[in-house]
Amino acid sequence: MERRDFLHRSGATAVAIAAATGLPAAHAQGAPGWNKAAFESKNLAEAAKAMGATSAPIESKDLVLQAPEIAENGNVVRIGAQSNIANTTQIAFVVEKNPSALAAMFDVPAGTDTNVSTNIKMGQSSNVYALAKAGDKYYYAVKEVKVTLGGCGG
Amino acid sequence: MSDPMRIRAQAQGDKTTVRVLVGHEMESGQRRDAAGKTVPAWFIQSISATWNGKPVMSAQWGPAVSKNPFMQFSFKGAKAGDKVIVTWIDNRGEKRTDEAVIT
Repeated sequence: MERRDFLHRSGATAVAIAAATGLPAAHAQGAPGWNKAAFESKNLAEAAKAMGATSAPIESKDLVLQAPEIAENGNVVRIGAQSNIANTTQIAFVVEKNPSALAAMFDVPAGTDTNVSTNIKMGQSSNVYALAKAGDKYYYAVKEVKVTLGGCGG
Repeated sequence: MSDPMRIRAQAQGDKTTVRVLVGHEMESGQRRDAAGKTVPAWFIQSISATWNGKPVMSAQWGPAVSKNPFMQFSFKGAKAGDKVIVTWIDNRGEKRTDEAVIT
C-alpha cells in the first residue's frame, strides 16, 4: 500500500512538474482521434474544412441555433442546435472571436435526435455558428451573441 | 481523482433525454494565475455515451467548453431501468466513466 501510494504520488508529481513547465506529460496521450486541426481552426470555413467539407457551408433555416442575445457571463453560455435537415450526422459550434474558434463537435448516431446543447466560454461578443453535416454537405446557422463579461481568462 | 459526473436520464415515451454535468476544470490554456503565469490547458477532448452497448452520442470538445461542462441530448429506443454509460478522456489522457439508470 505504501509503495503504491509513493509511486502514485511521484507519478502525479511528475505530471504536475511537466504540466507546470508547459511540456506535455510523458505518458499523457490525450483522447485518441481528437481532431487537432479542427480545434486550431480560426473561423467557420476552416472548421468545416477540417471536419471534411469540400465546399463552403450553406446557411440553412432548417438548422436552428439556440443562443442568447446577451450573455451576462462569458464563462458559461448555454447554446444548442436543432437540425431538421435529413441525415444530419454531426453538429458543431464555432465562436468566431474565440482564440479557439471551434468549441465542440457532436457526432449524432442513428436513433439519436439531432438536437444537442452544451455550455461554452466566449471571450467577447461574437458571432456564434452552428454547423451541421448532413450527408456530405455542410450547413450553418448564425447568431450574434453579446457578452458583457468575457470568459476566456481576460 | 475527478469528481463523479451527474447524469440524469429520463424516458418519456420512446424518447430518453440525457443531461450530463461533468466535474472538470476545462482550463483553456488562456488564463493566467495570480502570479501572472499561464495556466496550462487541461480539458476534456472526447466524451461519449452508450446505451446497451450502443453509442448514443459522442463529441469532441475543445478548450472553449465551459468549466464543469454540461451536455444534453436525447435518443430513441430505451426504457426506464436501462442504463446510460458516459465516458470522457481529457488532454492529459485521464479518463472517467459514470453510469446512470434511466428513470
